[in-house]
Amino acid sequence: MKMVIAYIRHEAFEPIRADLLAKGFPSMSVSEVKGSGRQKGITERYRGAELTNYLRPKVKIECVVADGDVRTVVDTILTHARTGGVGDGKVFVLPVEEAYRVRTGEAGEEILQAHPDAAKAL
Amino acid sequence: MTVSILAAATTEVNTGDTAWMLAATALVLLMTPALGLFYAGLVRSKNTLNTFMMCIGAIAIATVMWALVGYSLAFDGEGSIVGGLGHAFLHDVGFEPRAGTTIPHLVFFAFQATFCIITTALVSGAVVERMRFGPFLVFAALWSVLVYAVMAHWAFGGGWLQAQGTLDFAGGVPVEMGSGFSALAAALVVGARKDYGRQALLPHNAVYVLVGAGLLWFGWFGFNGGSGFSTGNASVLAFTNTLLTPACTLAVWFALDAIRGRQVTAIGAATAIIVGCVGITPAGGFISPGWAMLLGALVALPSYAVIVWRTRTRVDETLDVLAAHGIAGFTGILFIGFFAQLSWNGAADGLLYGDAGQLGSQALAALAAPAYAFGMTYVLLRVLGAAMPLRGTERDEAVGMDLVHHGEEAYATGEGAILITPESGVEEELAVAQPV
Repeated sequence: MKMVIAYIRHEAFEPIRADLLAKGFPSMSVSEVKGSGRQKGITERYRGAELTNYLRPKVKIECVVADGDVRTVVDTILTHARTGGVGDGKVFVLPVEEAYRVRTGEAGEEILQAHPDAAKAL
Repeated sequence: MTVSILAAATTEVNTGDTAWMLAATALVLLMTPALGLFYAGLVRSKNTLNTFMMCIGAIAIATVMWALVGYSLAFDGEGSIVGGLGHAFLHDVGFEPRAGTTIPHLVFFAFQATFCIITTALVSGAVVERMRFGPFLVFAALWSVLVYAVMAHWAFGGGWLQAQGTLDFAGGVPVEMGSGFSALAAALVVGARKDYGRQALLPHNAVYVLVGAGLLWFGWFGFNGGSGFSTGNASVLAFTNTLLTPACTLAVWFALDAIRGRQVTAIGAATAIIVGCVGITPAGGFISPGWAMLLGALVALPSYAVIVWRTRTRVDETLDVLAAHGIAGFTGILFIGFFAQLSWNGAADGLLYGDAGQLGSQALAALAAPAYAFGMTYVLLRVLGAAMPLRGTERDEAVGMDLVHHGEEAYATGEGAILITPESGVEEELAVAQPV
């Protein structure tokens, strides 16, 4: 089991979500984050004060997938998040010890099985 | 707003009339920031300020153009298509009563200016979230003269529509159909937002939308109630109808929402307030309170249908100016042709009271106004688009108009911000960063 964490541009999120859903990966957590990196800050002006904001808004996606699915998920994210400019983001893959389904108490990689029919269920 | 309905046109300024018109002018001016709030709530948070600023921009640009030439082209002389230039640069606009009214000419000018402002601001609803701010200001300057002033002349200033008998109390022709059908043309020329039809583009603050609609309704009492230019019967009738009609529209809209989705929506309610106010705008001083309530119920139907239909098309007329203003104004103008009542308005009867000719006059306006507004705006934006790009890049749209065009955020937290002072050692101006 691996956790995939991706920090991406806002506009990349919707294509990634749609593509992952189509490939059978509906499960993920998403949060709005701010961060700094090599991307330059943006200049703003308020009543004569000029300032630069080095924290840029990003979307953070977290999902835990079976080892065999890591490549698919990471490639999907890379495909849609890449514009070629500084600030496209990063993807990290972390090992995961164990996973439990709260509803039933089941454990193990089986609970992370891809859902091929996820898109149809919606 | 016909001069003819003011039977006793005196040459004296009436203090009571003037006092009301001063207040009414301020009420109508409030409608434009209220529209800014209404529109800002309907867009995504990254475009809040830009959307609001288009309305504020209209106050600046339309007022200047109105004082320079617009007012004169609308209200100087009885030319068939446009007025003269006798009042350009406010020439001969002073303390003496405006012909046909009992209020100073300056007050009449200011009251009419607020109409030009709100109408220009209304059109922005079609192009928010992608049109560049600079080209919008240029568009506002030209549109307020070429479309608004011309159509105001037709309906209020002695132009051909008024001359052939069209009744338009407070602006069904220039304000409502003028903005609504121009909005459709603007949406077609500027084109859809890049995410339109691919993602759900949701209103970011429904409370702004409700407060904005409430303040618009409040201002509309000056808009309609002031369009008799007096404290006389026509103004009183229009004022009270401005309460009755939107209330009925709201009730019917609730029912339509409930039938269609089993839930009554807040954004729908805000829309209904606008639709009702628009519906009574042309008819305010011409129909009885009872018919005004029927109008309120009827006007909801076509506008509701157009909103439902429009969102299923590729036409990104973003904030539904066509449905809320163009279609509702069209309904109101035609309604007068059936239900105008001489005993209430002292001017004319409609079909129901024996004058079928009035319906013809109204129908003519209902055809001519949309055609001119759509055609002129289409040509204007095509020409403007050849001279300068009307919209930014896809990246600009992704970042949001607030940062791209104004360098500000509506909801800045201050986290991560560094003040750039001369002592901070930042020598060269920081380039505006790569978009997010």
